[in-house]
Formats: sequence, structure tokens, C-alpha cells
Amino acid sequence: MRIALFVTCLNDTMFPGTGQAVVRLLRRLGHEVEFPSAQTCCGQMHFNTGYRKQVLPLVRNFAETFAPYEAVVTPSASCAAMIRDWHPRLDDAARDTAAKVHELTEFLVDVLGVTDVGAYYPHRVTYHPTCHSLRMLGLGDRPLRLLREVRGLELVELPDAAECCGFGGTFALKNPAVSAAMGADKAARVRRTGADALCAADNSCLMHIGGVLTRTAGPAVRTVHLAEILASTEEDPS
Amino acid sequence: MTMPTYLGMPAFPRAARAAVADERLRDNLARATGTIRDRRRAAVAELDDWAALREAGRRIKDHTLRYLDHYLRLLEEKVTAAGGTVHWARDAAEANRIVADLIRATGRTEVVKVKSMATQEIGLNEALEKEGITAYETDLAELIVQLGDDRPSHILVPAIHRNRSEIRDIFRRRMPDAPPDLSDEPAELAEAARRHLRAKFLSAQVAVSGVNFAVAETGTLVVLESEGNGRMCLTLPKTLISVMGIEKVVPTWRDLEVFLQLLPRSSTAERMNPYTSAWTGVTPGDGPQEFHLVLLDNGRTSVLADEVGRQALRCIRCSACLNVCPVYARAGGHAYGSPYPGPIGAILSPQIRGIGSPVDASLPYASSLCGACLEACPVAIDIPEVLVHLRAKVVEEGPRHPLAGTAMAAAGWTLRSPRRLALAQRLASASRRLIGRRGRIRRLPGPLRAWTDSRDAPAPPPESFRAWWKRTDGGRA
Repeated sequence: MRIALFVTCLNDTMFPGTGQAVVRLLRRLGHEVEFPSAQTCCGQMHFNTGYRKQVLPLVRNFAETFAPYEAVVTPSASCAAMIRDWHPRLDDAARDTAAKVHELTEFLVDVLGVTDVGAYYPHRVTYHPTCHSLRMLGLGDRPLRLLREVRGLELVELPDAAECCGFGGTFALKNPAVSAAMGADKAARVRRTGADALCAADNSCLMHIGGVLTRTAGPAVRTVHLAEILASTEEDPS
Repeated sequence: MTMPTYLGMPAFPRAARAAVADERLRDNLARATGTIRDRRRAAVAELDDWAALREAGRRIKDHTLRYLDHYLRLLEEKVTAAGGTVHWARDAAEANRIVADLIRATGRTEVVKVKSMATQEIGLNEALEKEGITAYETDLAELIVQLGDDRPSHILVPAIHRNRSEIRDIFRRRMPDAPPDLSDEPAELAEAARRHLRAKFLSAQVAVSGVNFAVAETGTLVVLESEGNGRMCLTLPKTLISVMGIEKVVPTWRDLEVFLQLLPRSSTAERMNPYTSAWTGVTPGDGPQEFHLVLLDNGRTSVLADEVGRQALRCIRCSACLNVCPVYARAGGHAYGSPYPGPIGAILSPQIRGIGSPVDASLPYASSLCGACLEACPVAIDIPEVLVHLRAKVVEEGPRHPLAGTAMAAAGWTLRSPRRLALAQRLASASRRLIGRRGRIRRLPGPLRAWTDSRDAPAPPPESFRAWWKRTDGGRA
């Protein structure tokens, strides 16, 4: 199986460690991934903000770049949802490629059929199901099933987990007061779990919650992408 | 005039900022929406066939909207045959004119009202006041809003932003027959309102109502309410005038049955609605002897012409989307600048009024697109989809935002080319020492300040993923 990594523009630019974790994890499971360097962005930011003219070239570039591969894996539920839900509606030629896109936990559980990926992460961890992973992509309990198999990891439940953290893409800039209020409530609930790490399937939301966590007073909680927990081992910890 | 934009209403973000800073308001809202949200979830979970009911509701509404001209003419025919009179109103001004003239013809200057979104939408009370006619709201929460010279902030619970001590203060101040020692016990407050309203019901000769559903096959109008005030208004006065948005028609009683299940569970989390009143024209010797139905378009026909936006017309005004919305819970209803707050308001108001005013152009952006509204909607309105659709309209036709437009164009230009993206990443990485401290940025310039005003930003990494991949051959080197 020829597997391509769609790292996403945000991870590429700001969170390379997440992309590296996906490569390391899949390699450990016996799969080489390729990184087609023509990739850029799925177009979600422009699409969701109403800048439609900017979107189509990005959709086309995505479809052309990833067409040769049998599977495309991405460590972002939000981008996966944008591609699968919207690319075919924006450009019919993008249909086949879009159908091959899997968010990382989908790829592990549904395609590779694994939940125990041999990870080790000795921390108290809580999981925030991001809105697009929950309500657009329908990841269900896949991330939790993967986390429960991680050795050393103590999983604690996040109260009101399904409530939005307030990131919302450009919403965070266009409605900063409401966005920050939502983020503060989410961060407070994260702190109350006593977790020392918060994980999710999207670095965008983690960047927002993490930014509130480091700005506000309270015990330190690190934000870490799910992929980095799953890639972590005793010999090579994240 | 379509729907009055509250005078001088600022764009949503500004109004919302003030609401977020009001801790009592946030507390009232969080408490009230939290309670109703949990109860709704339980009420919906009781039904095994909720998904099928929801699908049926969606289909019935879509079918009716597709053949709206037919069903409206059928409704008119049946209402007329049953002794009612049907009036067609193109917009708010026309509807207000019709209602005012009908009231004046009775020789009365006071009317009692059943809570109605359509009459809020057209600003009927204010229009009647200009004609020397006083309208008394009889729904408890509407009464609180009216006595407080306030605006509704929720579709179902218009006074949701008030707690009981605020309500006691309003009653003491503005309700002439309220006991001077009135406490803030809910039962006492309700009793005071009941006595106050009873006098109005017994003396009123004219009532104005909205309509939840109109059954075309028999010309029957249906109103759902919880307090019995509606039943009083619909049966005691001699003249009844009902104002109905044209999308409220359903073809048959069988169709109505679906909504009588969907609406109570979604709005009040009840299995069955407490007071469901249905009437067909006039019945000699029983109830109002004169009945007028005002069919209100007010922009709905143009909403219907929009293939994406038209699904908003399925709305049955249950408020489930408000109660699950994290933005509504923090911004409150007033920030939406219209009688329709929350997610449904964010897609209805800009469609009915257009995107010309600051508040209407900002409403499509008053959402994090979290999708909780779609999940809760009993007629499956894809509110996020309509929001994004309206955002595209705002960008193309709305007020210009040169700064945002330039930034988005520059981002688009960068992202269209992997080489330009790589260059931008190198520049970002080079700046990390200048702006970041221990991997965090506490203050960003320009529009990005909106981010760092309330949260840190991560500093760019020493190298991007693509630079790492190239340098290490994907970690193999």
C-alpha cells in the first residue's frame, strides 16, 4: 500500500513534531509513508471564512498531489472532514482522492485494524474530542480505544468534553471575547481533571486551549497531539 | 421595511464582548441553558425513532416549501370557507398596517397577545403603539420583557437573561397590582403575574396571536404554549387576529402529528405540549366570532429562492440550537440584534434583512462552526453549512474589510505554491527568537493581537516539517 502523509499547513509550519510522530508511528507498525512535497493546504480556512475564490486552486492542488496514492493519512480531524465533506462538492474531480483520506485514528483502527500500537506514555492524560472529529468526521471512540492501550497512561475523563473549545478557525480572531471565554471554561475543566497532559486529534484546538493554559494561572498542563502519544515508546519518548 | 434592526446595533463581536464581561448575565445564561440542555437530551433519548421522526420532519417541511404556493392557496380556501378572512402581507409594514386597521375597526385600543415570533419580527407592538393601540403580552416571560422595557433574548424563554430577583424588581416597579411585599419565590412571582393578567383576559375584546402550524387540508390553525395564557387569548375575545409566517403551513393532520412530537421534546423537553389549541375559522356562539389570518412573507420568498439558505425556513422555533450553542451561552441573545437570537438567528436575520448593516454582516461569523446546533435541530437544518454559505456572500457583496481581505488573499497566494509556503516557513522560523520566549509568544502585532490579547501563541519551530523531511530524508538520514 502506497501511503501518503498529508501533514496539513498548520502542522507543517507550527507543529512539525506531530508529522514526525506519524512517520515514526507508522514506520514502527511496518508502513513507510511518503511526503509529497507539492502539498500545501486543504483550503478550510479560506472556505470557512467565505473566501471561496481562494479555495478552488487549493482543492485542485490537493487532488492532483495525492491522486497517485492508495491512502492518505492526516493528523487532523478538521482537515480530514473538510476534504471528505467539501472537496467533492467544490470540484467533482476531487472526489476519488478525497475518498482515500483518513484521519490518523481512522487509519489505525479501520484500515490497519490496530488499537494497541505499542506505545508507552507514563502520564495522566485527558482527551478533548474536537468538534470536527466528533460531529463532522464521527471518530466516535477510536481515539479513546487507542489511548486505553497505551502503557503507563492514565486516562481521565474531561467533563463536558463535547463542548467546543472556542477555537473555530478565524472565529478566534473575529470574535476574540467569546472565543477566549469558551477557551477559559475549557481550560478550567481540563485543569480540574488533574491531568498533566491534554490531547486531541487537532493541533489547532490544542494551540488555542494551550495558549489559554499557559496564559492563565494554575498547574501546568501540556498540550500534546494524540499522534505524539501514540508514537511515544520507552526507548523513544515524546 | 422588513424586520427592524435594533437602532444603532453594533456588530456581533462588540455586543458579545460586553455580554461576556457581564458575569451575572453569563451566570444566568449558563444555568438556564445548561438545565434545559440536559433535559432535552433525556427527552429525546426516550424515543427509539427520534432519527426517523427528525427525517420525517425535514421531509415534510421540504415538501411543503417546494409546493408552498399550492398549500397556501389551499389554506386560504379552507380558512375562508370556515368563516375566517385571509390577508396577504408582503412585508412588515404591510402586516402592521393590516393588523392596526383590523383593530381600529373594532373600536378598541387594547389587545392581548399570545407570544409570537412573527409579531416580534415585524415590530408589531411598536407599530400599534404609534397608532394609539396598547398591546399586552400575556406570556410570563414576554410580560417580564415588556414591563422591563427590555428586549427578548431567547425564542422560548425571552427573559432568560433575567434571574428571579431581577424579575421581582421589575414586577414591583412596573406592575401596578403587584403586592408590595412580593418575594423572589417563583410561585409568588407567577401568582402576581396570574392575577395581573387575569384582569386583562377578562376585559380584552381583541387578541393577536402567532401560529405554530397551519393545517392546509382543513384550514386549522394551531398554537402551542405552556401557560394557558394562549388558550385564554384564543377563546375569550370577540376578535382574533393571527399573524403567520408563510412557512408555517403543513399539508395534513398526519404531518402535524410528527411536529407535535418533535417540537415539545426539542423546546421544553416535554413529552407532550401542555396547551395545544387548534381552531378552524369561527364557530357560532363559541370563541371569537371574527377571525383574521395574516400571511406574512417578509423576505421569506427570497430566502426560498436560495438553494442553500432555504433550509432555514424549516425552522419550527424550538430553540434547541440556542440551548446547545456555546457562543449563545456566552454572548447572550441581545448581541444578535434581532428577535431571532442564537444559531438560527445568525442564519435567519441576515437572510431576511440582508447583509447591509454591521450586525447582519457579522452574524454569519458569530459561530465557531462546532456543529452542536445541527446535531440538536429537530428538522436537521445544517446551520454550519448555511453560515459558511452566508460568509461567502458577505465576502462577495458585504461591507469591505480591506485588511482582512488582503491578509486572506496573501495567505491564499502563499498556500497556492509549496515553494512560497516553504519560504514563509523559513521566515517564520527565523523570527522565532525575536518574538518568542521559551517557545511562547505573548504579543503579536496587527490583527493577530486579537489572539494574544487573551492567550499565548506558540513560537514557530526551528524548522518546518517539510524542511525536516528534506534535511533528514524523512527521518531516515
